[in-house]
Amino acid sequence: MDFLHQLVQQLINGVSLGSIYALIALGYTMIYGIIKLINFAHGDIYMVGAYLGFFAVSQLHLSIFPALLLSMAITACLGMLVERLAYKPLRHAPRISILITAIGVSFFLEYTTMYFVTPTPRTFPNVIENISFNVAGFIINGQQLLILSITMILMAILTYIVQKTKLGKAMRAASFDTETAQLMGIDSDRIISLTFCIGSALAAAAGVLVGVYYNTIDPLMGIMPGLKAFVAAVLGGIGILPGAVVGGIILGVIEALVSGFLSSTFRDAAAFAILILVLLIKPSGLFGKNTNEKV
Amino acid sequence: MNAIRKRDLIMLIVGLIIFGVLQAMMSAKMIGSFWQLNILLIGINIIMSVSLNLINGYTGQFSLGHAGFMAIGAYVGVVATTNFGMPLLVALILGAIGAGLLGFTIGLPTLRLRGDYLAIATLGLGEIIRIVIMNIDYVGGAAGFKGIPHLTTFPWVFFVMLFTLFFIKNFVNSTHGRACIAIRENEIAAESMGVNTTKYKIMAFTIGAAFAGVAGGLFAHSFYLISPNSFTFLSSFNYLIMVVLGGLGSITGSIAGAFVVTFISAALAAWPEFRMIIYALALILLMFYRPQGLFGYMEVTNLGPIKKFFDGLKDSR
Repeated sequence: MDFLHQLVQQLINGVSLGSIYALIALGYTMIYGIIKLINFAHGDIYMVGAYLGFFAVSQLHLSIFPALLLSMAITACLGMLVERLAYKPLRHAPRISILITAIGVSFFLEYTTMYFVTPTPRTFPNVIENISFNVAGFIINGQQLLILSITMILMAILTYIVQKTKLGKAMRAASFDTETAQLMGIDSDRIISLTFCIGSALAAAAGVLVGVYYNTIDPLMGIMPGLKAFVAAVLGGIGILPGAVVGGIILGVIEALVSGFLSSTFRDAAAFAILILVLLIKPSGLFGKNTNEKV
Repeated sequence: MNAIRKRDLIMLIVGLIIFGVLQAMMSAKMIGSFWQLNILLIGINIIMSVSLNLINGYTGQFSLGHAGFMAIGAYVGVVATTNFGMPLLVALILGAIGAGLLGFTIGLPTLRLRGDYLAIATLGLGEIIRIVIMNIDYVGGAAGFKGIPHLTTFPWVFFVMLFTLFFIKNFVNSTHGRACIAIRENEIAAESMGVNTTKYKIMAFTIGAAFAGVAGGLFAHSFYLISPNSFTFLSSFNYLIMVVLGGLGSITGSIAGAFVVTFISAALAAWPEFRMIIYALALILLMFYRPQGLFGYMEVTNLGPIKKFFDGLKDSR
């Protein structure tokens, strides 16, 4: 019984952590789906979002929701700016050039932030009351509820945009086949720009939520979650939005179980082990379709 | 003696002259201990970047886990010397065997992947190696391995580096090397021309991993303490950057890349954040204006006046 109790408790923690991975993974998967780039800088966009949220709360004395929106708006612009300045000139360059540029952008964001805010971790102020609910013996705290509800709202909005609006249709078309979409009159540059905008806003939301959840942020906080979100995106099937969400949550749960029952030092190894297993067994991911390379 | 061999001999003599000059300057205390350490690091980084170039540049398999193999070589090496009192040469060979075996074992399944997937899988493997080492108490765990004898000297680094350069250069110019280049150019076409792509990909990966192990051994014996944190994927990125800066598919390029990156890192060591910002901007600008790297596919022996000199040798044969 005790084991079962701990299992369910770890599942709750895992789903909270996993929904943060899911938010980051959505941006990854959208960007990969449309320009086939592992955007190594995505994790750092998330870090910048966390810092903007931190300053909005601590300097501008905003409450959590306006701070979240402000951070998402500014980070969305940053994401578009990065795309316009660093990736757009390389649209037709070899893949490795863009990948290296992404590594460069990642370093640039990390160390520019570090230059301005110093490397010391900051304590995120308490934005919601420390409440916790006791549901049949299991503890869910206020932060976890906040994370889950905001994640669900954002995902609902994203689903609406992608499935119901003309813009979303254009995004899906461009991700399916950019050239053909262009022939159909879709301005693919604009769509790519918007994809970065939406992806970065989601990452910023994840950043602020992580600040609220773990109470501490630092300029290099984005590296590991960024990589793990990529693992989540691959696990769900890259380019597929529901896949990213499911992948993120599975990853969060597995990590919580590994750190709860084995050792927290193996947490990061678990994520990469999953990645390698997925790549070896079903490289197209849980939701993906197999495609063959043509000569 | 044919021209190719003559060319090797001339490069060997040039290498020995450089060695002599540096060694003399070190003996005469003209180079301080900070720069002495950095000269060692340049040599070690050249071994790393040239061996990574064999995988990434010549065979076209995008690996981001090179620091993991370096870690294996480093830890196998320090256990051999510190706990079993073996000489450095044995430690380096054991490190190379360890890293090579591991490279072979994990190369076998992962090299089926392509492009970005291979990149992220090798990155993951490198991290797994590091985390596993971190959890082995026998080698000190996360705190690191202490009390390593300071065995790495400049002649060791220099001659091991020279051996690496000649080995990889000759490998690349051999039948096997040409098969690897064919895989880089077009894997499907290479396969249909009868190249056993799996065999050559794994061969290149194993050799690259083994030399990374050697570099790891030399690296570990330059310090009193090594910890798993020296071998994160960020250091793998660092070696990748050296290779790309110099040119994927150029040994001269890898040497230049390792030299430039290590030298600039050392020169700007006092301003770490500033250094990384410059580094990042340089990387982005390089990709904009010279994506093929400083040397592209060229070697120093193919450059204008030097090529003429070597062609002259060929004629006078």
